[in-house]
Amino acid sequence: MGVVSSKLGNLGVVTTSLEDAINWARTGAMWPLLFGLACCAIEMMSTQASNYDLSRFGMELNRASPRQSDLIIVAGRVTRKMAPVLRQLYDQMASPKYVISMGDCASCGGVYNNYAIVQGVDEILPVDVYVAGCPPRPEQLIHGILTLQEKVKTERWADWIKG
Amino acid sequence: MAITPVAQPTESVAKWEGSVEELRGLVSDRAMTGETLLLNMGPHHPSTHGVLRLLLELDGEQIVTCMPDIGYLHTGIEKNIESKSYEKAVTLTDRMDYLSPMSNNMVYCLAVERLTGLDVPERAQAIRVICLELARIASHCVWLGTHALDMGAMSIFLYAFREREFILDMFEMLSGQRMMGSYFRPGGVWRDLVPEFMPALEKFVDFMPAKVDDYESLLVSNPIWIDRTQGIGVVEPEEALNLGLSGPTLRASGVNWDIRKAEPYSGYDRYEFDVPLGEHGDVYDRFFVRMQEFRQSIRIIKQAMKALPGGPFRSQNRKFVPPPRAELGQSMEAVIHHFKLWTEGFSAPDEEVYVSIESPRGEIGCYLHGTGGNKPRRVHFKTPSFMHISALGAMSKNHMLADLVGIVGSIDCVLGDSDR
Amino acid sequence: MNIPQALDPIASAREALDDTVLESKVFANETTLIVRRQDVARVARFLRDTSGLVYNYLSDISAVDYYPEVRGPEGDGRFAVSYHLYSMLYNRRIRLKAFLPEDDPVVPTVTVLWQAANWLEREAFDMMGIRFEGHPDMRRLLMPADWDGHPHRRDYPLGYETIMFSFNKDEINQHKPYAKKD
Repeated sequence: MGVVSSKLGNLGVVTTSLEDAINWARTGAMWPLLFGLACCAIEMMSTQASNYDLSRFGMELNRASPRQSDLIIVAGRVTRKMAPVLRQLYDQMASPKYVISMGDCASCGGVYNNYAIVQGVDEILPVDVYVAGCPPRPEQLIHGILTLQEKVKTERWADWIKG
Repeated sequence: MAITPVAQPTESVAKWEGSVEELRGLVSDRAMTGETLLLNMGPHHPSTHGVLRLLLELDGEQIVTCMPDIGYLHTGIEKNIESKSYEKAVTLTDRMDYLSPMSNNMVYCLAVERLTGLDVPERAQAIRVICLELARIASHCVWLGTHALDMGAMSIFLYAFREREFILDMFEMLSGQRMMGSYFRPGGVWRDLVPEFMPALEKFVDFMPAKVDDYESLLVSNPIWIDRTQGIGVVEPEEALNLGLSGPTLRASGVNWDIRKAEPYSGYDRYEFDVPLGEHGDVYDRFFVRMQEFRQSIRIIKQAMKALPGGPFRSQNRKFVPPPRAELGQSMEAVIHHFKLWTEGFSAPDEEVYVSIESPRGEIGCYLHGTGGNKPRRVHFKTPSFMHISALGAMSKNHMLADLVGIVGSIDCVLGDSDR
Repeated sequence: MNIPQALDPIASAREALDDTVLESKVFANETTLIVRRQDVARVARFLRDTSGLVYNYLSDISAVDYYPEVRGPEGDGRFAVSYHLYSMLYNRRIRLKAFLPEDDPVVPTVTVLWQAANWLEREAFDMMGIRFEGHPDMRRLLMPADWDGHPHRRDYPLGYETIMFSFNKDEINQHKPYAKKD
């Protein structure tokens, strides 16, 4: 990104690539889906509440409809009964869409190595960032979100076409 | 008329192809002809406090039938506990009712203690009471925040979570974890109170009553709040007992049953507190009862702080409770006990017990059946949210759809608690 | 209020329902009445409605699987159902227990006595496969409707995830088509 001191009066002109401009816009206003499953959802709520204030990162607006959201934070254990519902929600989201797998249960099944739990949400969804912890602290979730933003900033034109 | 299928997507999962015929007998006959509307609410819905699915039959905006469907968070905790030794299973109980993990720890530890006849020293009992009441306040904070948020009051959510963070910080001091501390163990607690805990607790009981007043002043005299809560979801006392309600939801109907008073555990009989009761059994009374419980909990904590006994913080019975680290270097016996406990665990008789305590939501019960060995044969938790959600149908009959949100909020259901 | 004298549940049940109570025991101050399975609803009604007992609150219905053993007074009980009743008037609890054979785990419903039993019985059916005769809505509650088996039976495997090593890495990754996105 380069700033050219312009010869056109006082108006500044920024030259940048389309990729960078769009990626910048995407990171700055990433709206998560209002979706919680279990214990991690409570920590996710804490992250959005007064003490940790997720709106500092442009994410205060939780959309209740998957069609309006860019990010799904899978907060909690995904059961075999819930898995189809979760996949449906993901399918309803408009591209570009990102997934954060929050907590051990969503990432790998956690302590529940049993019949009812999907052993990692990556069996049904493509996950971008895994956040460890049972449940992760709000700081950890924020770190996960920042990691995702870093990832989005480096996205290339070719990746968008692939979807 | 087709019902919206809840499940669908990937090829690996069978599609639910329900028809109205399957529901014959459960919904009114008018639904069969399409006169009333069948509406699916959830499992992804912001106001259901988790993954609760409600199948509604609506006549216009009025609810004719409400059929809750749970299990979207069924975790198999009971089955998992069967494969763990008694002490290891404490970590799993945390994650049932994730708003008050301490109550789950407590009921499980009490069941193990009753099954094995293990003693709990007085200091441990007092520490447990302090933690349980803190957990009650923290849980009520989440309930208040989300309940008010559902009904349209945003700011109280931010206030309630601010105070909850303070409690979580205290839990972190004690157990190293904000939420899932597994701080209670059979025979006592994991470790003694840390030095910085008591000053923090004193600070908390000093500022908290004023905060509760703040919450109340935001809602109690708010005409919108009153209009949306009074006379909604009324449950008569007899009906409440028949439906198996418990805790604040039952007490809002005027039934004076608090397990802390009726069957005192962990030395609750040593503290003075009142059991707040409602009169009408509506959403407002449930709100009112819980607001009073904030104050009673603070009152109990104050008494427990003042009269905190000295002595050991866990049982000295070395067959059940590991020896302190310092003993390991000096006593061969301590090494043997330590090794036995951390490899095999202790064993419990082939008998059954049922223990119940008063969790923030109501009666949480633990049925524990031993095998004679180091693992239980069967653990079953009776959880308050389970009973309350099953009563939703009776509570929401003939109400407006918008009031259902308030009713669901007022029973304070946690889906992890109901599905386990 | 005039509260009638509390009765001993074991003695009064034995007296009123002569042959239904097969056994009784007390462990850790908890009273258990063991009855024949077909009498469960009758005894529960007696315990609820008799003045002096008034076990008016149904706390819990728990099922237990004794596999591979069989237990009970009749020696064929693989399963047992325990009803935990609580009397608010006298502040005491009782457990009503019935053993059920493996091939026919059926017990009469108590939903006619307590509405609370509705979901508790459905849960016991879902998890243990115990059928409650006369229940208004005997469907699965917690597991998906098309689930095979009853997960909390002792002979149902817990299920587990295979631990990933270098030799089975590819096999496991097949289950996780999205795990290696990049």
